Amino acid sequence: MALTREQLAQRVAQEFQDGFYVNLGIGIPTLAANFIPQGMQVMLQSENGLLGMGQFPTEEEVDADLINAGKQTVTMVKGASLFSSAESFAMIRGGHVDLTVLGAFEVDCQGNIASYMIPGKLIKGMGGAMDLVAGADNIIVTMTHASKTGESKLLSECTLPLTGKGCIKRVLTDLALMDIEDGKFILRERAPGVSVEEIKRLTSGALVVPEHVPEMIF
Amino acid sequence: MLSKYRTYISILIKVNTVSGFDKVVTSYAQALEGLEDNMTVVAGGFGLCGIPENLIKEIKRKGTKGLTIASNNAGVDGAGLGLLLQDKQIKKMIASYVGENALFEKQMMSGELEVELTPQGTLAEKMRAGGAGIPAFYTATGYGTPVGEGKEVREFNGRHYILEEAIVGDFSIAKAWKADRYGNLIFRKTARNFNPMAITAGKISVVEVEEIVEVGELDPDEIHLPGIYVNRLILGTFEKTIEQRTVRSA
Repeated sequence: MALTREQLAQRVAQEFQDGFYVNLGIGIPTLAANFIPQGMQVMLQSENGLLGMGQFPTEEEVDADLINAGKQTVTMVKGASLFSSAESFAMIRGGHVDLTVLGAFEVDCQGNIASYMIPGKLIKGMGGAMDLVAGADNIIVTMTHASKTGESKLLSECTLPLTGKGCIKRVLTDLALMDIEDGKFILRERAPGVSVEEIKRLTSGALVVPEHVPEMIF
Repeated sequence: MLSKYRTYISILIKVNTVSGFDKVVTSYAQALEGLEDNMTVVAGGFGLCGIPENLIKEIKRKGTKGLTIASNNAGVDGAGLGLLLQDKQIKKMIASYVGENALFEKQMMSGELEVELTPQGTLAEKMRAGGAGIPAFYTATGYGTPVGEGKEVREFNGRHYILEEAIVGDFSIAKAWKADRYGNLIFRKTARNFNPMAITAGKISVVEVEEIVEVGELDPDEIHLPGIYVNRLILGTFEKTIEQRTVRSA
């Protein structure tokens, strides 16, 4: 069975380590904040200028001056700090954020990522995604493995305009967890009940399947 | 041309004749005096958070056209910089994210509005560099993507970087929370965002705030941006529209 959105978020959260500063993109990455293991300290960075993002506010706590990068009202945790966009991206570009999680349309086995533009369709812009993929060393891309019509999104070469070149090393899809090494996807884990054959069939870029590919554990 | 020259002179006189370091002006017309067609404006704000909403409304009232605006976003339909699209006052937009805006999309698709999509961190740094006298800088952001096309590439320590040029505006418009009369500024929460850099990047910087206190009332250690960067300061009242009101039950 393909992973649900919650399971994807849960698997992302398994990558968190105590004391990590983490930037979570909009959508599934943001959900991962709900699965931070008990007793572990993780500080969320929001690129509009907040380190230590908390949960959504109660009706009484809503403050128009306190939002996240998705323009949603949020709160701050104890020990939070506030800063300008230049400072925020200095943190990101300077490699100070321990883990970045973001979505994508396509990833290829050269580590390229396309996530911000579909030519001919609505152009919204890259926001902070290009800075995040260029600045971080530890990035997890979360995405669906294939389109609804069964076309692979894990390619030998991205077809859409790139967000970043050669910067992705780990991809989590609804079917599999894969690393990218030396121009190949390496299958590390599979979603519970999903066969290696199905993953092979839906991965169009070069894929290495180790002898033992464990199922994800939740 | 001569009239433009005269305007610049009058702006200089204007700024220089404000008494001492007192930056306070009392009308929005005064705040944007000298803003003319085809100028470049650098604006603070992230989404609708921390935007100079009354200065934007004043630009709409003035009817200034052909503007190039550098701002992270372009507002939404009917709010923020979206207001300036209604009368087609913006010629070119330099922004990182322009979703949430149907009129913007329409003008962009028809070619009436030129758009230069710029990564968010690069945009912030372009403004910072512009205000800090640095004409250009190398960044890895955008290398190998459409953003890097036509830009100089250089390798440092085995990585590729592209050369990005600074932004300097004829004017900058921004919002802060609190100021003293000298223009020393304090921002509030995530309404800080692009505002400090935008202010430094304008030849004439105009800042609107929620509160102006007397000189000496702000703790110098707590000032986020020194008044040296601020040319004009005005007290405003703000709507502070929320784009995504997300709440949890108490």
